Amino acid sequence: MPDIKQLEDLTTQVRRDILRMVHKVNSGHPGGSLGCAEFFVALYQDVMQRNDGFNMDGKGEDLFFLSNGHISPVYYSVLARSGYFPVDELNTFRLINSRLQGHPTTHEGLPGVRIASGSLGQGMSVAIGAAETKKLNNDKHIVYSLHGDGELQEGQNWEAIMYASGNKVDNLISTIDLNGQQIDGSTDDVLPMGNLKAKFEAFGWTVVEVEEGNSIEAIIKGLEDAKSKSGQGKPVCVLLKTVMGNGVDFMMHTHAWHGKAPNDDQLAIGLGQNSETLGDY
Amino acid sequence: MIEYKNTGNKDTRSGFGAGLTELGQTNDNVVALCADLTGSLKMDDFKANHPDRFFQVGIAEANMIGMAAGMTIGGKIPFTGTFANFSTGRVYDQIRQSVAYSHKNVKICASHAGVTLGEDGATHQILEDIGLMKMLPGMTVINTCDYNQTKAATLAIAKHHGPVYLRFGRPKVANFTPENQTFEIGKAVYLQIGNDVTIVATGHLVWEALEAAKTLNEKGISAEVINIHTIKPLDVDAIINSVKKTGCVVTCEEHNYLGGLGESVSRVLALHHPTPQEFVATKDTFGESGTPAQLMDKYGLNAKAIVEASLTVLKRK
Repeated sequence: MPDIKQLEDLTTQVRRDILRMVHKVNSGHPGGSLGCAEFFVALYQDVMQRNDGFNMDGKGEDLFFLSNGHISPVYYSVLARSGYFPVDELNTFRLINSRLQGHPTTHEGLPGVRIASGSLGQGMSVAIGAAETKKLNNDKHIVYSLHGDGELQEGQNWEAIMYASGNKVDNLISTIDLNGQQIDGSTDDVLPMGNLKAKFEAFGWTVVEVEEGNSIEAIIKGLEDAKSKSGQGKPVCVLLKTVMGNGVDFMMHTHAWHGKAPNDDQLAIGLGQNSETLGDY
Repeated sequence: MIEYKNTGNKDTRSGFGAGLTELGQTNDNVVALCADLTGSLKMDDFKANHPDRFFQVGIAEANMIGMAAGMTIGGKIPFTGTFANFSTGRVYDQIRQSVAYSHKNVKICASHAGVTLGEDGATHQILEDIGLMKMLPGMTVINTCDYNQTKAATLAIAKHHGPVYLRFGRPKVANFTPENQTFEIGKAVYLQIGNDVTIVATGHLVWEALEAAKTLNEKGISAEVINIHTIKPLDVDAIINSVKKTGCVVTCEEHNYLGGLGESVSRVLALHHPTPQEFVATKDTFGESGTPAQLMDKYGLNAKAIVEASLTVLKRK
């Protein structure tokens, strides 16, 4: 087991990054970003086998695809703090001429990003394609992906979900961020999706549930469990129960902060709840 | 006039299939994906010879395009195959974000373009796909005219790094370009040299343009015929040099006159050499059921229509 305290400190710093990034440009998506901070830290700092530097082809290493691209703040923060690009560059989030576009893209050549995302529902197909190429290349590494729960309302996901089980794409671990919220309200209010565990199982996937999706330890345990279940003829889905806005009390348990930046006072409160651990950018 | 010999009617989609078969043998990185139209796209040979590199995705085109984008990561060169309508309109956002904006090396290969797929009718006859694809930054758009050229283009796009839209069709049409030709993306082909009118054609309309040039010649009109197989990037010099000589142009395509080759030519001429132009294309309409010949006639997409358009544009000089 890794040093959990160290990963938690990093997560706290990532939360500060998220708040400061969206506050500076008065736009962006803090809610989902905060909810997935622990997941990204666990994935990039412990779970994934990554090569040094960045190569688009990603041969001989695990890959990650972010499908719900609007949570770019957490992605950028963790990529930067994992060494893909200078942490100072977080200062340029959403500014003109930046590599840190509102939604992630390969277009500006930001190391760490292998596909554009933002228009929802496309990432699982991309991850499946990358997983099929890994098989053709006899590369035993795993392809990870992350999707919002609301995002599963996009039909393309179910095309992909069908394909992955039907074709035994068992080097794929797709995590669903189950925070129960989307822009217009709770997922149950907007478009109820029923029992996602039963749905994925009915589509032929292995499902791993992580009840404490904001606990680094629980996430690592869940992803290791998922990893142990890969390579057995079935794709693996991790249902990660998270709290949107986690770590900033007034942003938690609501969809209100899906795509809204904190003002000066709110930023101060949020930063007060997350002390500087590794140094602000 | 140069005499072009039809070596026997063949479908352009079979040219694609033959090209893909050859690529299977010569390029290990080529993979093919199909959305339940393997036979229609003539991908059977590739599938039979390289089952490990053939991906049947089912009736799920959005997933196919996304998968193709993902498969490039690790060095594969994916060729996707389905009808033109399902290759473009149905999956526009997937192509836009996962392929074009992400600059992935995906080859979108589209059969049954235009009205000439015939009896299936307008749901399957896309006349807007060139416009959709050429508007995407970084997308190369190719519309081949016969079997031999389609095979050559299929081989050529595998060597080109970047997203490509390759458009071809269903019916058996004249096969008249050289076997084993070298296909140069973005390079127009002069088929006839003439002085009175420039006829710029793409796809199935190229043979019709040659037939029209013969008729015009009998009337004492010398037509220059240019095969524009690549609509983007457009061979601007070829077009300008020709119209500087002839002073008028007819553009010909099995596509809506909004968004197609004609508009691309108009833009070039407006910028560099304003010239009278007539459009042989569908006039902002859907297609319908019928035989390919009936539809080409009804929608004004044949040699007869090109002759009429040429006579009209000559009067505007």
